[in-house]
Amino acid sequence: MHELSITKNIVAIVNERAKGRRVVRVQLEIGKLSAIVPESIRFCFDVCAKDTCLSGAKLEITEVWPIGRCQKCHQDFSLDLVNAQCPCGSRQFECIAGQEMRIKEMEVE
Amino acid sequence: MCTTCGCSDDATPRIDGVHQHLHEHTHDHSHEHSHGEMTHSHSHNHVHDHDHDHDHSHDHDHGHLATRSILKLEEDILAKNNLVAAENRGFFAGRKVLAINLVSSPGSGKTSLLEETIKSMSAKKAITVIEGDQETENDAQRIRNTGVKVVQINTGSGCHLEADSVAVAIKKVDPEQGSIVFIENVGNLVCPALFDLGEAAKVAILSVTEGEDKPLKYPHMFRAATALIINKIDLLPYLKFDIEKCKENALKVNPALRIFCLSAQTQVGMDAWYDWLIDRSK
Repeated sequence: MHELSITKNIVAIVNERAKGRRVVRVQLEIGKLSAIVPESIRFCFDVCAKDTCLSGAKLEITEVWPIGRCQKCHQDFSLDLVNAQCPCGSRQFECIAGQEMRIKEMEVE
Repeated sequence: MCTTCGCSDDATPRIDGVHQHLHEHTHDHSHEHSHGEMTHSHSHNHVHDHDHDHDHSHDHDHGHLATRSILKLEEDILAKNNLVAAENRGFFAGRKVLAINLVSSPGSGKTSLLEETIKSMSAKKAITVIEGDQETENDAQRIRNTGVKVVQINTGSGCHLEADSVAVAIKKVDPEQGSIVFIENVGNLVCPALFDLGEAAKVAILSVTEGEDKPLKYPHMFRAATALIINKIDLLPYLKFDIEKCKENALKVNPALRIFCLSAQTQVGMDAWYDWLIDRSK
């Protein structure tokens, strides 16, 4: 739903940082808890990149699986979005990964 | 067009009916040039609130090699919104203001809940309201009738409030020291989850005329919320809504969620909500 303009934000940030150089690769980190659908970003990317220094750039998206850190047993566990619970049964945890919406790096010529 | 949300078009927010120029851009430019043995570099930083071209022409050769280099960015895609949200948070903290971002589907009873909350609390606590809707001043007028300060943000076709329009609104409405500011977001259970406005807490509102599985269908919003209000419980005798199942679903998504079951219409359960607000605004 909101990925088109999320992608516009990505292109704007990268374009500004590129300072006129041609961008050949952009790497994103998108957490599974971020409410962003990577396929939609990919779909929008080529359109948004057209006529900018990102035109033709390769888009790499690393999806980050949610990880919770249990505050009772102190173990890290894979966090289920619709059943947030540690395997030990505790529901007290801290989310340590999975919320990322980040431009990790870019490669320029 | 809204800078972050694809479901909008030509969405320049209007605050109390006036179009705002909210998009400010900060750029850092640094240039390095080599002139034989001599090297100089210069950098400048400027802020401008409209688009203009940067044209740097140089009448000397740059001996750049066409090598590839990797720039580590580690930059949040919503960094600009988050920066303005942090400024708003500082504004609220400086005035000891409790800011609450009310989020829900359209029709859950956000405005009615606000009207009742204002009637019951405004004698002991100053309240200010920022109303977010795509169009009309209707909700702001309803709130204005209660006698408190209100500012309306119309997002046009934008489907959520962003931190920059809230920044303009709070400066305009000038909330009192120690007061509560309610920000009534656009009725939408998706996009407002992503956008920090600088609030102390997001409060999600779900009415019993909606399904009890809504927290599972829209988990991002219920995960982003600090508290959940299950509203219109006076209608329970007429519906098949399983309130315990709804609470269970909400806690599956967000075990830390504080849940209030109430009816803004009949006032049942409202005291716990008021106590929570007073407690958080200390």
